[in-house]
Amino acid sequence: MQAIDFKEPNRQVDIKELQAVAAQIRENILRMLGEAKSGHPGGSLSCTDILVAIYFGRLRHDPKNPKWPDRDRLLLSKGHAAPALYSVLSKCGYIPEAELMTLRKMGSRLQGHPDPNKVPGVEIPGGPEGIGLSEGVGMALASRLDQKPIRIYVVTGDGELDEGEVWEAAMAAVKFKLDNIVAIVDRNGLQQEGTTMQIMPTDSVAAKFRAFNWNVLEVDGHNIQELLAALDKAALQKGVPTVIVAQTKKGKGVDYMEGVVKYHGNVPSGDMLENAIKQVRASAGGV
Amino acid sequence: MEQKSESLREAFGKELEELGSQMSDLVVVGADTTESIKSGLFGDKFPERFFNVGIAEQNMVGVSSGLALYGKTVVCGTYMVFLERAIDQIRNTIAYCNLDVKIIGAHTGISVGPDGGSHQDIEDIAIMRALPNMKVVAPADAYSTKALVKEAVTTKGPFYIRLIRPNSMSVYSNEEIKVGKANVLRDGKDISIIACGIMVPEALKAAERLQTVGISASVIDCHTIKPIDESTIIKAANNTGRIITAEDHNIMGGLGSAVAEVLSRRRPTLIGMIGVHDVFGESGQDAELMVKYGISEQSIFEKAKGMVKP
Repeated sequence: MQAIDFKEPNRQVDIKELQAVAAQIRENILRMLGEAKSGHPGGSLSCTDILVAIYFGRLRHDPKNPKWPDRDRLLLSKGHAAPALYSVLSKCGYIPEAELMTLRKMGSRLQGHPDPNKVPGVEIPGGPEGIGLSEGVGMALASRLDQKPIRIYVVTGDGELDEGEVWEAAMAAVKFKLDNIVAIVDRNGLQQEGTTMQIMPTDSVAAKFRAFNWNVLEVDGHNIQELLAALDKAALQKGVPTVIVAQTKKGKGVDYMEGVVKYHGNVPSGDMLENAIKQVRASAGGV
Repeated sequence: MEQKSESLREAFGKELEELGSQMSDLVVVGADTTESIKSGLFGDKFPERFFNVGIAEQNMVGVSSGLALYGKTVVCGTYMVFLERAIDQIRNTIAYCNLDVKIIGAHTGISVGPDGGSHQDIEDIAIMRALPNMKVVAPADAYSTKALVKEAVTTKGPFYIRLIRPNSMSVYSNEEIKVGKANVLRDGKDISIIACGIMVPEALKAAERLQTVGISASVIDCHTIKPIDESTIIKAANNTGRIITAEDHNIMGGLGSAVAEVLSRRRPTLIGMIGVHDVFGESGQDAELMVKYGISEQSIFEKAKGMVKP
């Protein structure tokens, strides 16, 4: 892969290369979870393409200077997808690849849920769901106050839309006319104990955000081209926040995990794990 | 001691306004109670740095955390009973990440009065001091409120600042007030009364009256409950051998518990605890409620008499 200038806002990217990167990220997610023997594969695999599109395609950041004040921020609100974030950060150059295997082990920087004080490139703490959009609103207000062209990307799950705070934040983003924030909903349709329709129906995510006066875009969350186009469209929107509802498959890339509830927090081992790794490797040419 | 009655909220608001002139990175977030708790004074002067998120305490804390993670110094607050809805966010963002956010818990204790038990927060000190990284202060009067707010806002990291609704008698005129350093307001040899917040003037009144019955009482304003001033507490125990703690808070987990944790480890001492005895309050005037719930000057006076002359 060619070196990417992550600070360049109008950088050109090769979709095929990003698809290959996504496959490598998926492999690392599986390997690190296999080594940790616990964690959340389903939601990590579902948001992989979203993270790749943003980090490699549009986010202005500097892996050599993680605290660059003028950087765009990506906030992973669904913190249980930590393996996806760590793998992407490693691929960008924030963390050595070998360190990924320390996930969830004592003394590691790579906590089960991300800690911004431990890992360079992590912007917010993970753990409880539903807080990221509020933090994004805070960062969007701060960067506007400083009159900086910083963009804030908040990646949320769809299960976490059960949390009332998400909708408090949704109202606030509109009140404050924040057009420098983009929420991306990883709409995989599953949560810990069942489908989102069974647990708490959120079938009309787009309609709900529209009713809150957001600019709403809907894409295939595994299509990097579509994701990039939506991010560009969001950047043109003035005076209102944008949400990209990204349709995804939980466990994407591994046939026996796709759409299967138990792989929210179940890690395969042995032959099952090897089989999963083979599958995501085979997808390197395009998911 | 002057007998002037002053508003702690007003003092907080004025100090915040002054700090706003000195610190361009200071921002304030509120939740539809900003006029009442006086953070609105900052908003009047610096509207662009003031954000009212409505009746949405969780979002207030989340937005405050985002502002702090970006690099701002943040003050957020509302009535503490409402803010307790956001303990998850306070724990997992502000405390966990050691963020530069100062949390103002207003209208605490039974002394809130007519709004009733639903509004009388008697558990906040217990909750907030159990959070790693969180410092906890409960000023007694307007002067110390200004000093403690100033130090908290100009010191990096999370603070919980406990304010009360009624006016309070002024205790200080020009003494030095420092976070983590209790102020000895009166020396005595028979018993030491360690108090915080609205109970400090009550303790001073009780000490005056104790003098008339031949009991010499020290009064210590332990405005910082965390980190607590261990050496001043131990010195008081060495000097008088008897301790009373006084707080407008449940006797579980508050100032009394914090003092007991110090003395039981380092200098076992008999402690009489004045506080609310694990019950919720009710509507009424602050002074009459404080008598009914056993947190008045009278309660301190009687407890001290019982401990010194059994």
